[in-house]
This record gives sequence, C-alpha cells and structure tokens, in this order.
Amino acid sequence: MVKWEYSESIESDSIVSIQDKYGHFIDGKFSTPNSKNYLKTVSPSTEEVLASISIGNKKDVDKAVNAAKEGFKRWSKTTPSERAKYLYKLARLIQERSREFAVLESMDGGKPIKESRDFDLPQVASNFFYFAGWADKLDISWGAKEMKPYGVVGQIIPWNFPLLMLAWKVAPALATGNTVVLKPAETTPLTALLFAELCEEVGLPKGVFNLVTGDGTTGAELVNHEGISKIAFTGSTSVGKYIQNAVGERDIGLTLELGGKAANIVYNDAALDQAVEGVVNGIFFNQGHVCCAGSRLLLQEDIHDEFINKLEKRMQTLRVGNPLDKNTDIGAINSKEQLDKITSLVNEGVNDGGELFQIECELPSSGYWYRPSLFTNVQPSYNIAREEIFGPVLTTLTFRTPEEAVEIANNTEYGLSAGIWTEKGSKILWTADRLDAGVIWANTFNKFDPSSPFGGYKESGFGREGGRHGLLSYLKVRS
Amino acid sequence: MSNINTKALASPLTWASTIELLESVKVDEIGVKERVASLSTRSIKRESKLQALNYIVSMCDLTTLEGEDTEGKVLQMTAKAMRPDPTDKEVPSAAAVCVYPSLVSTAKEIIGTSNVKVASVSSYFPSGQVPLESKLLDTKFAIDEGADEIDIVINRKAFFEGDYRKVFDEIVALKEACGNIHLKTILEVGELRTYENIKKASLIALAAGSDFIKTSTGKISNGSSKEACLVMAKAVYEFKESSGFSAGIKVAGGIRNSKDAIRYLIIIKEELGEDWLHADYFRFGASSLLDDVLKQIRKLKTNAYQSSYYFPRG
Repeated sequence: MVKWEYSESIESDSIVSIQDKYGHFIDGKFSTPNSKNYLKTVSPSTEEVLASISIGNKKDVDKAVNAAKEGFKRWSKTTPSERAKYLYKLARLIQERSREFAVLESMDGGKPIKESRDFDLPQVASNFFYFAGWADKLDISWGAKEMKPYGVVGQIIPWNFPLLMLAWKVAPALATGNTVVLKPAETTPLTALLFAELCEEVGLPKGVFNLVTGDGTTGAELVNHEGISKIAFTGSTSVGKYIQNAVGERDIGLTLELGGKAANIVYNDAALDQAVEGVVNGIFFNQGHVCCAGSRLLLQEDIHDEFINKLEKRMQTLRVGNPLDKNTDIGAINSKEQLDKITSLVNEGVNDGGELFQIECELPSSGYWYRPSLFTNVQPSYNIAREEIFGPVLTTLTFRTPEEAVEIANNTEYGLSAGIWTEKGSKILWTADRLDAGVIWANTFNKFDPSSPFGGYKESGFGREGGRHGLLSYLKVRS
Repeated sequence: MSNINTKALASPLTWASTIELLESVKVDEIGVKERVASLSTRSIKRESKLQALNYIVSMCDLTTLEGEDTEGKVLQMTAKAMRPDPTDKEVPSAAAVCVYPSLVSTAKEIIGTSNVKVASVSSYFPSGQVPLESKLLDTKFAIDEGADEIDIVINRKAFFEGDYRKVFDEIVALKEACGNIHLKTILEVGELRTYENIKKASLIALAAGSDFIKTSTGKISNGSSKEACLVMAKAVYEFKESSGFSAGIKVAGGIRNSKDAIRYLIIIKEELGEDWLHADYFRFGASSLLDDVLKQIRKLKTNAYQSSYYFPRG
C-alpha cells in the first residue's frame, strides 16, 4: 500500500545571521571580553558549530555589574511610564522579529520550530507586554506605602526555554526599576545575544540590561559578586542549593525556580482520549526538557491497560526529527551531556525492573536524539520514579484511591507542578487542595499565562514569576 | 483507488453490548479543540500535497441534493464524477455521486462500467421525521432503483428524547433492508452539538451496523467540523477495538476548499492510520470542493492557477 508521508517542510534559516564570535553586552554595547576563553555553541540537531561564545571571567562580570550599578542610578529615577515605554517597544520588536528569534532558538536549542514559533515567541512577547503594563501601576499592585527595587539583579537562566526564561526574568526586573546582569545558559546563548541587539535598537538606557555569556564559572562569579543585590535563578536543584549556600551570609534577595517530578494523575472517570493528549503534551513537550513536565504518570489501576494502550498508540505518531521541519513534534536533545544523563537513567530504570516502551522511528545520523519513552511496571522506589530525568521519558505508577494518588504525588522532594484528570469537578478541587505543588492543572497541562504566578514548593524552589506575585520577586515592600 | 466497496460489511451488535459501549462516553471539549488546532498546523507541501489532493478526488461523493435537481443536472454531475479533469488522465474518478432516490436510475444509466458508485440519501433525508415504515419504503425504493450505497439520517427526535434504543433499532431495520448495500449513517453533528452526543450517536450508529458514519446532511448551517470528525474517529477506533470492525467516516457539509479537506485527511491519518486513507474508509461529501481540488492539482503540476471555466461543469 502507498503510504502518505509528509514531505519535508523546512523553515528557512536564511532569516538569521549568526556571527562567528560574540562578546558581552555591557553598558549598552557589545564589547571585547577580558576573558580569552571561548566555548562553542553547537546545533544539537546537526552538531554543527554555530558560534564562539566568551566564557566571561571575574573582570567581565565586574565590568557588567559596575555598568548595571551606574545604570541603576538613572533607571530607578526614570518615570514608571517611561520604563513601560521601553518594555512595550521591546515587546513589539520581538513580535516583529519573532520568526528570526524562533528559527534561532530552534537551531541553537534543538526544539521544534512549531513550538518556538507557536509557544515560546508568543509567550515572550506577552510577558513583555504584561510587565510593561505593571510598570506605572506598582503603587496599586500590593497596596504598600512604598516599594523599592533591589538594585542590580543577577539573573541566571536555563537552556530549555532560553528566550522565554529571559523574558520571565528581564521584563519584571526592568518594570520594577532594577537593572540586570544576565547570564544565559552555555548551550543556548544566541537568542539572548539577539535580544541584546534589540535593546540597543530601542535605545534602552546604558547599563540597564547587561549580558555576560559563559559557563558555570561565569555564573559563580555573578552569584558571588558583592555589587549584586538579588539573584534570580532557574535551573537544576543542585546548582540552586549551591547558590543558596553562597548567598547565605549576605544581604541579598534570592528566588529559585528548580527541578520537578510532577505527578499527572489520571482518574478512571477522566475523558481518557483527551487525558492521553494531555499526558503526551505534559511529558513530550520540548523533548521533556521542562521543569514542570508531567514526568510521573499516576494511573488509577483499573484503567491502566486501556490507558497504556492508547498512550503507546498515540506516542507512535510523534514525529521525531529536524527541529526546523514544521511537522516535527520532537526535536533534538539539547546537549550530549543531557543525552548521556537521560540514557544512563533509562538504563538504570530497565535494570531496576521497569518495562520500557520506545517508539519506532528513524533518528537522524548526526545530532543528539532520544526516542519518546514510556516506563510501566515501575515501583515508587526506583530512581526513574524519583529523579528528574529532564528528557522524553515518562514513568508510570498506579494507585487505587484518591487518597493514595495524593500520597504518591506528594511523595517526592519536588513540588513544582501537578496535573489532575477527571470529569468530576468536586474531585478536582479535593485533589488540588491536597497536592503540594506550586502550579496545578486540571484536565489540561503546560498552560502558561504571564498573569499567572509560577513557582514551586519544597526543593522546586521559592519565589514566583509572573502575575502580581511575580513583582514581589523584584521589589522590597515597606509599609 | 479502483476497487471501492470491496471491504466486508458491518453487522449489528446486540442492544446489550451497545449499552456497554455507551456507558463510558466522556469527551473533553477543550482537549478536542486543542488536538484539532495542533493537527491543523501540519504543513503539507509538494509531493505529499499532490498525493493528498488525488486522495480527496478519489474519496469524493459528488453531491446534489436539491428540490430543483433534474435528470439533466444529475447526468452532468455524474459525468464529471467519472472524469473530473478530462485533460489530466492521472486524476482519478470520484468515489460516488450522491443524489435523491428519484434520480438514482438516471445516474446509474450513464455510469456503465465505471467504478463510480451511486449513493442515495433515504429515510426521509434530511429530517427523518416520519415513521420507520416510510423510511424503509424510501430506502427500498432507492435500492430497487440501483443504488450502491445508502445514506440515512439518525432519528434525532428519539435521540434528544433519550430513546437511544429507538435510534438503534431504526438503523438496524434499515441496515437489514440494505442487505449487501453499503450503509452510511448521518448523525447531523450540528444538531447534536456536544462532543459527548456526537460520540454517543457514533457508537449507536456503529453498533447498529453502519458501514460509515457521516457528519452532516449539509442542509443546516453548521455542517461538518474537524472536531466532530476527530470525535467520530475516536469512536471508530474504539468500536474497532471492541468489535473488530473497521468502519468508515464520511465528512460532509461546508467543506469547500483543498486546504480544509487536507486537514481532515491529516486527522484521519494521525488518529486512525494509513489504512483509512482509502475511499472504503473515508469520504468527502461535497459539491464545490472538487473544483478547488482540481485547480490545486493543476497548479502543482503547471504552476498556473486556472479559472473555473477550464474545468467541466458538474
């Protein structure tokens, strides 16, 4: 029988221009780094080197923090509506150039173009619009007598949603009158560098937004710099703990958004076909490189077989491949290092006794790839049920009663997100009330809005991003 | 695509096993809409587009269902169904023509040995508001006239009054009257409104022995929708899992252009699989869709988007 295959439909990369080598963006312009060390950022889908990125050292960070300090003197005195104007300008410019940003994000990070185009970029723009709106309304945000910005904020962001995490951090920080030194992740710096070009284009005052690229050593310099008044970090729990220790003896603000091992609870009275979709979206969105991913599927025991059948059938239709192909559902794993970590955790799961299902599909010959995977027959004691895999790997556990579902869901050191699937409204409320998670979705998953505060409980961190509560991460309240 | 209606015919289940199917019907509206929106972003280009357009022609039930229909009109349309684009031999014939019972013999006359089937609506299409006896008479007449396929409507009066048994029994009776004639059952999804109603009606129609379930009569303003098609595809899959029978789906009512039709094909491919990409399992009921598809095919082949007068009237 003739099959109907979708022809390749590639988003052209001719829209982006990438330089061979980048410096840091400090005091309103790109400058030559003090550091002589560079790292190469590669496309994880081809292993092709895209550009050389400076590994910022102490002097580079110093220069950036000093520029931000000078910038703060002016920016904190700028009228709120003037600050809003710059943020609105940035939002509009991001919208205008969203295709360029989306292509660059997919090239540098490996995520499918349909996600960078339809999710990341629209979210980025709406965050800037949202916080632009708050800039001149801070007096009514919390009803406090007085609110002051921290000063210079150090922001360290991860590689899973590079530009979106920049937006989550930079937009509220600037709206509230802080200035920023941002360090993007070492594997995905390119969209942040393009964003810096936009800051130049809109004429954002010097020193308000500064960017130092680099690796963990650069991040450590930023965290330990005495000129920093606040650190906002999104990334792994281990680095988060290091930062919390490092700032413990200093007068410094801190918010952390860390790992997760979210339970996606499917009750036997759920609309199963749509729950399958939600579970697929919950774990395979962005290759599972999502801190709030629904990585633990909690199934009521009596629907286990039926649900797993439907899920495996659905997984088999996922299209893995070139991130720039508009029909790709699952792109490349972000880095060799992450691929190794996923592979070793999955091997451990198999050795522990978990039953592994992986979809049949061809993987490209170069680049970093992992087949969408599903574990069944897993016990809560296995590592795959406890550790954050941060990849396209779903672990299934079963429960008998709602009480047991809640107990298993909360039986983790993390508490970032959770999902509940049932057609019974009262059961949604009963369950949500008992889950220790900062974000809970019901009959849907991975839904975001700039007006909704996002953040975790337990080892998933503290502080909120987004919404009115997100402002508090960048304001000192006095009453 | 030459052999249509070669697949095995459906046979009804008992009412008891039908009830079991209906017990667990739960559909989340937002989830359905999101899935359809996501599938609508698929980008179909070049060879895959040409292949899709040819599929659509071969799955087309070219339709005229008007009070003003005459023998002349039906002859024109049937000739067009047999050779949709006389200048391009690679374009397949349509699957069928779909007419009122009184015009079945006219269509049969011209069809000869062609593979194009003649489908007739019956059971007092589009409302079905008559006693079963009348529906049976209507159907038997169409079959006697030579119809290869029968498109009936479900009893929505009974459905909304909660008498699912009556909906089921009527289809069973009409199926029996059909014998080895293929039966397509129209749900009229625009009247059923909710996705749970559509899924329930799909399962009732499938359990009662329909070979196809069909979205709409095309006689109300909200005809087919991709969401309804997705829900029906889920029902077809579920029914296959429980009974082993692979039923077909016909979408009809307001599908006018190639882009829209391709989106339906994508839903069928990704939800039910390649096996369903055949006129035995998937049909489009349409009057104006075919011309747009022909124009798109010629555009892909010649790079010229030609006016309607380059294509014969149907």
